[in-house]
Amino acid sequence: MGLFLVRTLFYTFIPPLKFARFLKQIRFIGFQSTIVILLTGGFSGMVLGFQGFYSLSRFGSDAFLGPMVGLALIKELGPVITALMVTGRAGSAIAAEIGIMRISEQIDALELMGLNPYRYLVVPNFLAAIICLPLLTAIFDVVGIFGGFLIGGKLLGVGAGTYFGEMANYVEMRDIMEGVYKSLSFGIIIVWVSCFKGYYTGIFTGFGAEGVSSATTQAVVLSSVLILVWDYFMTSLLF
Amino acid sequence: MIEIEGLHKSFDGNEVLSGVSLAINKGEVVALIGGSGCGKSVLVKHVVGLMKPDRGRVIVDGREISTLNSRGLRELRARLGFLFQGGALFDSMTVFENVVFPLKEKTKLSDELIRTRAFKELELVGLSGSEHKYPSQISGGMVKRAALARALVMDPEIMVFDEPTTGLDPVIGLAILRLIDACHRRLSFTGLIVTHEIPKVFSIVDRVAMLHKGIIWAEGSPQEFVSSKDSVVREFVGEGTEGSFIR
Ligand SMILES: Nc1ncnc2c1ncn2[C@@H]1O[C@H](COP(=O)(O)OP(=O)(O)OP(=O)(O)O)[C@@H](O)[C@H]1O
Ligand SMILES: [Mg+2]
Repeated sequence: MGLFLVRTLFYTFIPPLKFARFLKQIRFIGFQSTIVILLTGGFSGMVLGFQGFYSLSRFGSDAFLGPMVGLALIKELGPVITALMVTGRAGSAIAAEIGIMRISEQIDALELMGLNPYRYLVVPNFLAAIICLPLLTAIFDVVGIFGGFLIGGKLLGVGAGTYFGEMANYVEMRDIMEGVYKSLSFGIIIVWVSCFKGYYTGIFTGFGAEGVSSATTQAVVLSSVLILVWDYFMTSLLF
Repeated sequence: MIEIEGLHKSFDGNEVLSGVSLAINKGEVVALIGGSGCGKSVLVKHVVGLMKPDRGRVIVDGREISTLNSRGLRELRARLGFLFQGGALFDSMTVFENVVFPLKEKTKLSDELIRTRAFKELELVGLSGSEHKYPSQISGGMVKRAALARALVMDPEIMVFDEPTTGLDPVIGLAILRLIDACHRRLSFTGLIVTHEIPKVFSIVDRVAMLHKGIIWAEGSPQEFVSSKDSVVREFVGEGTEGSFIR
Protein backbone atom coordinates (compact mmCIF):
# COMPACT_ATOMS: atom_id res chain seq x y z
CA MET A 1 0.00 0.00 0.00
CA GLY A 2 2.92 2.31 0.72
CA LEU A 3 4.34 1.54 -2.70
CA PHE A 4 1.03 2.50 -4.24
CA LEU A 5 1.27 5.95 -2.67
CA VAL A 6 4.88 6.36 -3.74
CA ARG A 7 4.00 5.49 -7.35
CA THR A 8 1.06 7.85 -7.27
CA LEU A 9 3.27 10.69 -6.02
CA PHE A 10 5.86 9.83 -8.65
CA TYR A 11 3.40 10.05 -11.53
CA THR A 12 1.82 13.16 -10.01
CA PHE A 13 5.03 15.09 -10.35
CA ILE A 14 6.14 13.66 -13.68
CA PRO A 15 4.12 15.13 -16.54
CA PRO A 16 2.06 14.69 -18.66
CA LEU A 17 -1.07 15.20 -16.64
CA LYS A 18 -4.35 13.97 -18.08
CA PHE A 19 -6.03 17.31 -17.85
CA ALA A 20 -9.50 16.43 -19.05
CA ARG A 21 -9.85 13.70 -16.49
CA PHE A 22 -8.43 15.96 -13.82
CA LEU A 23 -11.12 18.56 -14.51
CA LYS A 24 -13.77 15.89 -14.55
CA GLN A 25 -12.68 14.64 -11.14
CA ILE A 26 -12.56 18.18 -9.72
CA ARG A 27 -16.13 18.53 -10.83
CA PHE A 28 -17.03 15.19 -9.30
CA ILE A 29 -15.13 15.37 -6.02
CA GLY A 30 -15.43 19.10 -5.50
CA PHE A 31 -18.34 20.73 -7.22
CA GLN A 32 -20.82 17.91 -6.83
CA SER A 33 -20.04 17.62 -3.12
CA THR A 34 -20.91 21.22 -2.32
CA ILE A 35 -24.60 20.64 -1.59
CA VAL A 36 -23.81 17.90 0.91
CA ILE A 37 -21.15 20.07 2.48
CA LEU A 38 -23.50 23.07 2.69
CA LEU A 39 -26.14 20.99 4.42
CA THR A 40 -23.87 19.18 6.85
CA GLY A 41 -21.88 22.34 7.54
CA GLY A 42 -24.98 24.38 8.26
CA PHE A 43 -26.52 21.87 10.59
CA SER A 44 -23.27 21.10 12.39
CA GLY A 45 -22.87 24.82 13.07
CA MET A 46 -26.45 25.09 14.29
CA VAL A 47 -26.01 22.16 16.66
CA LEU A 48 -22.81 23.70 17.95
CA GLY A 49 -24.73 26.93 18.49
CA PHE A 50 -27.23 25.19 20.71
CA GLN A 51 -24.82 22.97 22.59
CA GLY A 52 -22.20 25.68 22.96
CA PHE A 53 -24.69 28.20 24.24
CA TYR A 54 -26.15 25.70 26.66
CA SER A 55 -22.77 24.77 28.12
CA LEU A 56 -21.28 28.24 28.12
CA SER A 57 -24.29 29.95 29.63
CA ARG A 58 -23.94 27.67 32.66
CA PHE A 59 -20.67 29.38 33.39
CA GLY A 60 -22.09 32.71 32.39
CA SER A 61 -19.66 32.99 29.54
CA ASP A 62 -21.95 32.81 26.53
CA ALA A 63 -20.05 35.71 25.02
CA PHE A 64 -17.47 33.16 24.01
CA LEU A 65 -19.88 31.25 21.82
CA GLY A 66 -18.26 32.69 18.68
CA PRO A 67 -14.72 31.49 19.39
CA MET A 68 -15.99 28.17 20.62
CA VAL A 69 -17.99 27.45 17.47
CA GLY A 70 -15.26 28.86 15.25
CA LEU A 71 -12.44 26.87 16.80
CA ALA A 72 -14.39 23.65 16.96
CA LEU A 73 -15.31 23.94 13.31
CA ILE A 74 -12.01 25.18 11.93
CA LYS A 75 -9.71 22.91 13.88
CA GLU A 76 -11.73 19.77 14.12
CA LEU A 77 -15.23 19.33 12.81
CA GLY A 78 -14.79 21.06 9.47
CA PRO A 79 -11.91 18.96 8.17
CA VAL A 80 -13.15 15.72 9.71
CA ILE A 81 -16.81 15.84 8.72
CA THR A 82 -15.96 17.15 5.25
CA ALA A 83 -13.51 14.31 4.78
CA LEU A 84 -16.04 11.75 5.99
CA MET A 85 -18.70 13.14 3.66
CA VAL A 86 -16.32 13.09 0.69
CA THR A 87 -15.31 9.55 1.60
CA GLY A 88 -18.92 8.46 1.50
CA ARG A 89 -19.72 10.30 -1.68
CA ALA A 90 -16.58 10.25 -3.81
CA GLY A 91 -14.30 7.68 -2.17
CA SER A 92 -16.84 4.93 -2.58
CA ALA A 93 -17.51 5.93 -6.18
CA ILE A 94 -13.81 6.04 -7.02
CA ALA A 95 -13.24 2.60 -5.52
CA ALA A 96 -16.24 1.19 -7.39
CA GLU A 97 -15.27 2.74 -10.72
CA ILE A 98 -11.69 1.54 -10.59
CA GLY A 99 -12.81 -1.83 -9.25
CA ILE A 100 -15.18 -2.33 -12.17
CA MET A 101 -12.45 -1.31 -14.59
CA ARG A 102 -10.22 -3.90 -12.98
CA ILE A 103 -12.62 -6.82 -13.16
CA SER A 104 -13.76 -6.00 -16.71
CA GLU A 105 -10.09 -5.94 -17.78
CA GLN A 106 -10.22 -2.26 -18.73
CA ILE A 107 -7.10 -1.62 -16.64
CA ASP A 108 -5.33 -4.45 -18.46
CA ALA A 109 -6.44 -2.89 -21.74
CA LEU A 110 -4.91 0.43 -20.73
CA GLU A 111 -1.66 -1.28 -19.85
CA LEU A 112 -1.62 -3.14 -23.15
CA MET A 113 -1.93 0.14 -24.99
CA GLY A 114 1.29 1.08 -23.25
CA LEU A 115 -0.53 3.61 -21.11
CA ASN A 116 0.00 4.00 -17.42
CA PRO A 117 -3.11 3.31 -15.33
CA TYR A 118 -1.85 5.50 -12.51
CA ARG A 119 -1.68 8.46 -14.80
CA TYR A 120 -5.19 7.93 -16.09
CA LEU A 121 -7.02 6.71 -13.02
CA VAL A 122 -5.21 7.63 -9.85
CA VAL A 123 -3.35 10.89 -10.37
CA PRO A 124 -6.36 12.95 -11.57
CA ASN A 125 -8.30 11.89 -8.47
CA PHE A 126 -5.33 12.56 -6.29
CA LEU A 127 -4.79 16.12 -7.48
CA ALA A 128 -8.49 16.85 -7.52
CA ALA A 129 -8.84 15.74 -3.91
CA ILE A 130 -5.85 17.77 -2.78
CA ILE A 131 -7.38 20.85 -4.32
CA CYS A 132 -10.99 20.22 -3.40
CA LEU A 133 -10.78 19.06 0.19
CA PRO A 134 -9.42 22.32 1.66
CA LEU A 135 -11.93 24.31 -0.37
CA LEU A 136 -14.85 22.15 0.70
CA THR A 137 -13.63 22.37 4.29
CA ALA A 138 -13.54 26.16 4.01
CA ILE A 139 -17.11 26.16 2.75
CA PHE A 140 -18.12 23.86 5.59
CA ASP A 141 -16.46 26.15 8.16
CA VAL A 142 -18.03 29.33 6.83
CA VAL A 143 -21.50 27.87 6.56
CA GLY A 144 -21.10 26.28 9.99
CA ILE A 145 -20.06 29.55 11.57
CA PHE A 146 -23.12 31.25 10.15
CA GLY A 147 -25.24 28.32 11.25
CA GLY A 148 -23.91 28.77 14.77
CA PHE A 149 -24.68 32.46 14.58
CA LEU A 150 -28.19 31.76 13.37
CA ILE A 151 -28.90 29.80 16.54
CA GLY A 152 -26.66 31.55 19.07
CA GLY A 153 -27.19 35.03 17.72
CA LYS A 154 -30.67 35.22 16.24
CA LEU A 155 -32.41 32.70 18.45
CA LEU A 156 -30.58 32.78 21.75
CA GLY A 157 -29.52 36.39 21.77
CA VAL A 158 -25.73 36.59 21.48
CA GLY A 159 -24.96 39.82 19.65
CA ALA A 160 -23.41 39.75 16.20
CA GLY A 161 -20.56 41.97 17.39
CA THR A 162 -19.82 39.69 20.32
CA TYR A 163 -20.10 36.52 18.26
CA PHE A 164 -17.88 37.56 15.38
CA GLY A 165 -15.70 39.97 17.34
CA GLU A 166 -14.67 37.45 19.95
CA MET A 167 -14.17 34.89 17.20
CA ALA A 168 -11.78 37.24 15.41
CA ASN A 169 -9.94 37.79 18.70
CA TYR A 170 -9.43 34.18 19.52
CA VAL A 171 -9.07 32.34 16.23
CA GLU A 172 -5.49 32.59 15.08
CA MET A 173 -3.79 31.90 11.81
CA ARG A 174 -2.27 28.70 13.13
CA ASP A 175 -5.73 27.36 13.94
CA ILE A 176 -6.76 27.93 10.37
CA MET A 177 -3.56 26.33 9.08
CA GLU A 178 -4.20 23.33 11.29
CA GLY A 179 -7.51 22.87 9.52
CA VAL A 180 -5.88 23.26 6.13
CA TYR A 181 -3.16 20.71 6.87
CA LYS A 182 -5.71 18.28 8.17
CA SER A 183 -7.99 18.59 5.17
CA LEU A 184 -5.06 18.20 2.76
CA SER A 185 -3.89 15.03 4.45
CA PHE A 186 -7.44 13.68 4.60
CA GLY A 187 -7.75 14.24 0.86
CA ILE A 188 -4.62 12.18 0.33
CA ILE A 189 -5.95 9.42 2.59
CA ILE A 190 -9.28 9.24 0.79
CA VAL A 191 -7.85 8.92 -2.70
CA TRP A 192 -5.01 6.70 -1.65
CA VAL A 193 -7.25 4.18 0.09
CA SER A 194 -10.09 4.30 -2.45
CA CYS A 195 -7.86 3.94 -5.50
CA PHE A 196 -5.83 1.23 -3.84
CA LYS A 197 -8.89 -0.81 -2.91
CA GLY A 198 -10.37 -0.41 -6.36
CA TYR A 199 -7.11 -1.13 -8.14
CA TYR A 200 -6.55 -4.40 -6.34
CA THR A 201 -10.09 -5.70 -6.61
CA GLY A 202 -9.84 -9.42 -7.25
CA ILE A 203 -6.48 -9.64 -5.50
CA PHE A 204 -7.29 -8.54 -1.96
CA THR A 205 -11.05 -8.98 -2.34
CA GLY A 206 -13.24 -11.50 -4.11
CA PHE A 207 -14.00 -11.44 -7.82
CA GLY A 208 -16.94 -10.09 -9.74
CA ALA A 209 -19.64 -7.78 -8.46
CA GLU A 210 -19.08 -9.02 -4.95
CA GLY A 211 -15.41 -8.11 -5.19
CA VAL A 212 -16.29 -4.58 -6.24
CA SER A 213 -18.82 -4.19 -3.47
CA SER A 214 -16.41 -5.37 -0.81
CA ALA A 215 -13.65 -3.18 -2.26
CA THR A 216 -16.03 -0.22 -1.96
CA THR A 217 -17.02 -1.06 1.58
CA GLN A 218 -13.43 -1.58 2.63
CA ALA A 219 -12.43 1.69 1.00
CA VAL A 220 -15.04 3.64 2.97
CA VAL A 221 -14.40 1.91 6.28
CA LEU A 222 -10.63 2.05 6.04
CA SER A 223 -10.61 5.70 4.89
CA SER A 224 -12.93 6.73 7.70
CA VAL A 225 -10.91 4.94 10.35
CA LEU A 226 -7.61 6.24 8.98
CA ILE A 227 -9.02 9.78 8.89
CA LEU A 228 -9.98 9.68 12.55
CA VAL A 229 -6.75 8.01 13.65
CA TRP A 230 -4.64 10.40 11.62
CA ASP A 231 -6.71 13.28 12.98
CA TYR A 232 -5.74 12.22 16.49
CA PHE A 233 -2.07 12.18 15.60
CA MET A 234 -2.20 15.51 13.84
CA THR A 235 -4.06 17.09 16.72
CA SER A 236 -1.58 15.83 19.28
CA LEU A 237 1.29 16.97 17.08
CA LEU A 238 -0.09 20.43 16.42
CA PHE A 239 -1.48 20.92 19.91
CA MET B 1 8.93 -14.11 -33.29
CA ILE B 2 6.99 -15.54 -30.35
CA GLU B 3 8.57 -18.42 -28.45
CA ILE B 4 6.95 -20.01 -25.45
CA GLU B 5 9.17 -22.42 -23.57
CA GLY B 6 8.07 -24.76 -20.82
CA LEU B 7 5.44 -22.41 -19.44
CA HIS B 8 3.97 -23.38 -16.08
CA LYS B 9 1.18 -21.55 -14.30
CA SER B 10 -1.05 -22.54 -11.45
CA PHE B 11 -3.74 -20.73 -9.49
CA ASP B 12 -4.10 -21.67 -5.82
CA GLY B 13 -2.47 -25.06 -6.34
CA ASN B 14 -4.53 -25.82 -9.43
CA GLU B 15 -2.12 -26.19 -12.33
CA VAL B 16 -3.55 -24.72 -15.51
CA LEU B 17 -0.47 -24.71 -17.72
CA SER B 18 2.07 -27.45 -17.15
CA GLY B 19 4.88 -26.93 -19.61
CA VAL B 20 3.48 -25.27 -22.71
CA SER B 21 5.95 -24.83 -25.55
CA LEU B 22 4.99 -23.17 -28.80
CA ALA B 23 6.83 -21.13 -31.40
CA ILE B 24 5.22 -18.74 -33.86
CA ASN B 25 7.31 -17.44 -36.73
CA LYS B 26 7.22 -13.91 -38.01
CA GLY B 27 4.24 -13.26 -40.23
CA GLU B 28 2.61 -16.54 -39.36
CA VAL B 29 -0.91 -16.92 -38.01
CA VAL B 30 -1.57 -19.73 -35.56
CA ALA B 31 -4.91 -20.89 -34.25
CA LEU B 32 -5.04 -21.99 -30.63
CA ILE B 33 -7.85 -24.38 -29.94
CA GLY B 34 -8.85 -26.38 -26.90
CA GLY B 35 -11.69 -27.11 -24.54
CA SER B 36 -13.40 -24.42 -22.54
CA GLY B 37 -11.44 -23.59 -19.40
CA CYS B 38 -8.29 -25.39 -20.48
CA GLY B 39 -6.20 -22.23 -20.11
CA LYS B 40 -6.17 -20.62 -23.55
CA SER B 41 -6.87 -17.15 -22.19
CA VAL B 42 -4.28 -17.67 -19.48
CA LEU B 43 -1.73 -18.67 -22.11
CA VAL B 44 -2.27 -15.66 -24.35
CA LYS B 45 -2.16 -13.32 -21.36
CA HIS B 46 1.36 -14.60 -20.72
CA VAL B 47 2.29 -13.76 -24.29
CA VAL B 48 1.38 -10.10 -23.81
CA GLY B 49 2.83 -9.91 -20.31
CA LEU B 50 -0.40 -9.52 -18.36
CA MET B 51 0.44 -12.60 -16.33
CA LYS B 52 3.79 -13.78 -15.02
CA PRO B 53 4.80 -17.42 -15.48
CA ASP B 54 5.54 -19.57 -12.46
CA ARG B 55 8.17 -21.34 -14.53
CA GLY B 56 9.26 -21.17 -18.16
CA ARG B 57 9.77 -18.26 -20.53
CA VAL B 58 7.96 -16.23 -23.11
CA ILE B 59 10.25 -14.63 -25.66
CA VAL B 60 8.88 -12.09 -28.10
CA ASP B 61 11.24 -10.73 -30.72
CA GLY B 62 14.24 -12.14 -28.89
CA ARG B 63 13.35 -10.50 -25.58
CA GLU B 64 12.07 -12.39 -22.59
CA ILE B 65 8.90 -10.68 -21.43
CA SER B 66 9.13 -11.28 -17.70
CA THR B 67 12.57 -9.65 -17.52
CA LEU B 68 11.58 -6.47 -19.35
CA ASN B 69 11.46 -3.26 -17.35
CA SER B 70 8.46 -1.01 -17.73
CA ARG B 71 9.96 0.91 -20.65
CA GLY B 72 10.83 -2.28 -22.51
CA LEU B 73 7.35 -3.59 -21.91
CA ARG B 74 5.84 -0.33 -23.16
CA GLU B 75 7.91 -0.44 -26.35
CA LEU B 76 6.88 -4.01 -26.97
CA ARG B 77 3.23 -3.31 -26.33
CA ALA B 78 3.25 -0.39 -28.73
CA ARG B 79 3.67 -2.95 -31.51
CA LEU B 80 1.13 -5.35 -30.17
CA GLY B 81 -2.62 -5.62 -30.43
CA PHE B 82 -4.76 -7.68 -28.10
CA LEU B 83 -8.43 -8.50 -28.35
CA PHE B 84 -9.81 -9.40 -24.94
CA GLN B 85 -12.29 -12.22 -24.72
CA GLY B 86 -14.68 -9.86 -22.97
CA GLY B 87 -13.85 -6.87 -25.16
CA ALA B 88 -12.61 -4.68 -22.28
CA LEU B 89 -13.98 -1.52 -23.88
CA PHE B 90 -13.76 1.55 -21.67
CA ASP B 91 -17.35 1.82 -20.55
CA SER B 92 -17.22 5.52 -19.80
CA MET B 93 -16.48 6.22 -23.47
CA THR B 94 -18.52 5.76 -26.61
CA VAL B 95 -17.55 3.19 -29.21
CA PHE B 96 -16.01 5.92 -31.33
CA GLU B 97 -14.04 7.36 -28.42
CA ASN B 98 -12.80 3.87 -27.61
CA VAL B 99 -11.46 3.38 -31.10
CA VAL B 100 -9.78 6.78 -31.32
CA PHE B 101 -8.38 6.53 -27.79
CA PRO B 102 -5.15 4.63 -28.62
CA LEU B 103 -4.57 6.83 -31.67
CA LYS B 104 -5.07 9.99 -29.64
CA GLU B 105 -2.85 8.87 -26.79
CA LYS B 106 -0.08 7.13 -28.68
CA THR B 107 0.27 8.93 -32.02
CA LYS B 108 0.68 12.51 -33.12
CA LEU B 109 -1.76 12.27 -36.02
CA SER B 110 -4.10 15.17 -36.63
CA ASP B 111 -7.65 14.93 -35.29
CA GLU B 112 -8.97 14.85 -38.83
CA LEU B 113 -6.80 11.87 -39.78
CA ILE B 114 -7.70 10.06 -36.59
CA ARG B 115 -11.40 10.51 -37.29
CA THR B 116 -11.19 9.13 -40.79
CA ARG B 117 -9.08 6.17 -39.65
CA ALA B 118 -11.49 5.35 -36.86
CA PHE B 119 -14.54 5.62 -39.10
CA LYS B 120 -12.90 3.38 -41.67
CA GLU B 121 -12.06 0.78 -39.07
CA LEU B 122 -15.58 0.88 -37.63
CA GLU B 123 -17.03 0.48 -41.08
CA LEU B 124 -14.83 -2.57 -41.70
CA VAL B 125 -16.21 -4.31 -38.62
CA GLY B 126 -19.73 -3.25 -39.58
CA LEU B 127 -20.39 -0.79 -36.82
CA SER B 128 -21.14 2.36 -38.80
CA GLY B 129 -24.09 4.01 -37.17
CA SER B 130 -23.36 2.83 -33.64
CA GLU B 131 -20.31 5.02 -33.09
CA HIS B 132 -21.93 7.20 -30.49
CA LYS B 133 -23.43 4.51 -28.34
CA TYR B 134 -21.85 3.41 -25.09
CA PRO B 135 -20.61 -0.17 -24.62
CA SER B 136 -23.51 -0.92 -22.28
CA GLN B 137 -25.96 0.11 -25.00
CA ILE B 138 -24.77 -2.32 -27.67
CA SER B 139 -24.96 -6.09 -27.96
CA GLY B 140 -22.20 -8.45 -26.89
CA GLY B 141 -21.29 -9.16 -30.50
CA MET B 142 -21.04 -5.46 -31.23
CA VAL B 143 -18.77 -5.00 -28.21
CA LYS B 144 -16.52 -7.69 -29.67
CA ARG B 145 -16.41 -5.96 -33.03
CA ALA B 146 -15.74 -2.56 -31.49
CA ALA B 147 -12.91 -4.07 -29.48
CA LEU B 148 -11.56 -5.62 -32.66
CA ALA B 149 -11.62 -2.23 -34.35
CA ARG B 150 -9.78 -0.74 -31.39
CA ALA B 151 -7.13 -3.45 -31.53
CA LEU B 152 -6.60 -3.14 -35.29
CA VAL B 153 -6.59 0.64 -35.53
CA MET B 154 -2.95 0.86 -34.45
CA ASP B 155 -1.73 -1.42 -37.26
CA PRO B 156 0.05 -3.77 -34.84
CA GLU B 157 2.90 -6.09 -35.84
CA ILE B 158 1.73 -8.78 -33.47
CA MET B 159 -1.96 -9.50 -32.98
CA VAL B 160 -3.46 -11.74 -30.36
CA PHE B 161 -7.17 -12.44 -30.65
CA ASP B 162 -8.95 -14.12 -27.75
CA GLU B 163 -12.07 -15.61 -29.32
CA PRO B 164 -12.83 -12.92 -31.90
CA THR B 165 -16.00 -14.61 -33.14
CA THR B 166 -17.54 -16.19 -30.07
CA GLY B 167 -21.00 -14.78 -29.53
CA LEU B 168 -21.41 -13.60 -33.10
CA ASP B 169 -23.89 -15.06 -35.54
CA PRO B 170 -22.35 -17.32 -38.25
CA VAL B 171 -22.55 -14.68 -40.97
CA ILE B 172 -20.85 -11.93 -39.00
CA GLY B 173 -18.47 -14.47 -37.47
CA LEU B 174 -17.31 -15.46 -40.93
CA ALA B 175 -17.06 -11.82 -41.96
CA ILE B 176 -14.85 -11.12 -38.94
CA LEU B 177 -12.58 -14.04 -39.80
CA ARG B 178 -12.31 -12.70 -43.34
CA LEU B 179 -11.57 -9.26 -41.93
CA ILE B 180 -8.77 -10.68 -39.81
CA ASP B 181 -7.44 -12.47 -42.87
CA ALA B 182 -7.58 -9.29 -44.95
CA CYS B 183 -5.79 -7.35 -42.23
CA HIS B 184 -3.16 -10.03 -42.10
CA ARG B 185 -2.59 -9.74 -45.83
CA ARG B 186 -2.34 -5.98 -45.54
CA LEU B 187 -0.18 -5.72 -42.40
CA SER B 188 1.30 -9.23 -42.39
CA PHE B 189 1.20 -9.30 -38.62
CA THR B 190 2.25 -12.28 -36.56
CA GLY B 191 -0.98 -13.64 -35.19
CA LEU B 192 -2.36 -15.90 -32.54
CA ILE B 193 -6.09 -16.61 -32.67
CA VAL B 194 -7.83 -18.35 -29.82
CA THR B 195 -10.97 -19.82 -31.27
CA HIS B 196 -13.66 -22.46 -31.20
CA GLU B 197 -14.48 -21.72 -34.84
CA ILE B 198 -13.50 -25.11 -36.22
CA PRO B 199 -13.17 -25.73 -39.12
CA LYS B 200 -13.90 -22.21 -40.41
CA VAL B 201 -10.73 -20.75 -38.97
CA PHE B 202 -8.60 -23.39 -40.70
CA SER B 203 -8.77 -21.57 -44.01
CA ILE B 204 -7.11 -18.41 -42.65
CA VAL B 205 -4.33 -19.80 -40.46
CA ASP B 206 -0.97 -21.35 -41.24
CA ARG B 207 -0.84 -23.66 -38.28
CA VAL B 208 -3.05 -24.97 -35.53
CA ALA B 209 -2.06 -25.78 -31.94
CA MET B 210 -4.28 -27.59 -29.52
CA LEU B 211 -4.03 -26.98 -25.79
CA HIS B 212 -5.12 -29.93 -23.70
CA LYS B 213 -4.26 -31.00 -20.16
CA GLY B 214 -1.92 -28.03 -19.72
CA ILE B 215 0.35 -28.77 -22.68
CA ILE B 216 0.31 -28.32 -26.43
CA TRP B 217 -1.26 -31.68 -27.19
CA ALA B 218 -1.01 -31.43 -30.94
CA GLU B 219 0.40 -29.00 -33.40
CA GLY B 220 0.46 -28.88 -37.18
CA SER B 221 -1.04 -27.57 -40.37
CA PRO B 222 -4.84 -27.43 -40.70
CA GLN B 223 -4.70 -30.41 -43.09
CA GLU B 224 -2.79 -32.46 -40.55
CA PHE B 225 -5.41 -31.63 -37.95
CA VAL B 226 -8.32 -32.61 -40.14
CA SER B 227 -6.75 -35.97 -40.92
CA SER B 228 -5.29 -36.55 -37.46
CA LYS B 229 -5.46 -40.01 -35.91
CA ASP B 230 -5.19 -38.73 -32.32
CA SER B 231 -8.43 -39.46 -30.51
CA VAL B 232 -8.50 -36.18 -28.54
CA VAL B 233 -7.96 -34.15 -31.70
CA ARG B 234 -10.48 -36.24 -33.64
CA GLU B 235 -13.10 -35.68 -31.00
CA PHE B 236 -12.46 -31.95 -31.12
CA VAL B 237 -12.00 -31.38 -34.83
CA GLY B 238 -13.61 -34.41 -36.37
CA GLU B 239 -17.27 -33.75 -35.75
CA GLY B 240 -17.59 -30.53 -37.69
CA THR B 241 -15.48 -31.69 -40.60
CA GLU B 242 -16.91 -35.12 -41.13
CA GLY B 243 -20.49 -34.21 -40.48
CA SER B 244 -21.20 -36.77 -37.79
CA PHE B 245 -24.41 -35.42 -36.34
CA ILE B 246 -26.05 -36.56 -33.18
CA ARG B 247 -29.45 -37.89 -34.11
N1 LIG C 1 -7.07 -14.89 -12.40
C1 LIG C 1 -7.34 -16.18 -12.16
N2 LIG C 1 -7.34 -16.66 -10.91
C2 LIG C 1 -7.59 -17.94 -10.65
N3 LIG C 1 -7.84 -18.86 -11.60
C3 LIG C 1 -7.86 -18.47 -12.87
C4 LIG C 1 -7.61 -17.09 -13.22
N4 LIG C 1 -7.68 -17.00 -14.56
C5 LIG C 1 -7.98 -18.23 -15.01
N5 LIG C 1 -8.09 -19.12 -14.02
C6 LIG C 1 -8.36 -20.55 -14.16
O1 LIG C 1 -7.62 -21.02 -15.25
C7 LIG C 1 -8.36 -21.95 -15.99
C8 LIG C 1 -8.29 -21.60 -17.46
O2 LIG C 1 -9.00 -20.41 -17.70
P1 LIG C 1 -9.03 -19.74 -19.12
O3 LIG C 1 -9.80 -18.49 -18.98
O4 LIG C 1 -7.64 -19.61 -19.64
O5 LIG C 1 -9.83 -20.78 -20.00
P2 LIG C 1 -10.08 -20.73 -21.56
O6 LIG C 1 -9.33 -21.84 -22.16
O7 LIG C 1 -9.78 -19.37 -22.07
O8 LIG C 1 -11.62 -21.05 -21.66
P3 LIG C 1 -12.72 -20.40 -22.64
O9 LIG C 1 -12.62 -21.13 -23.91
O10 LIG C 1 -14.00 -20.68 -21.94
O11 LIG C 1 -12.42 -18.95 -22.74
C9 LIG C 1 -9.76 -21.96 -15.43
O12 LIG C 1 -9.93 -23.16 -14.74
C10 LIG C 1 -9.80 -20.80 -14.48
O13 LIG C 1 -10.50 -21.17 -13.33
MG1 LIG D 1 -10.80 -17.83 -22.73
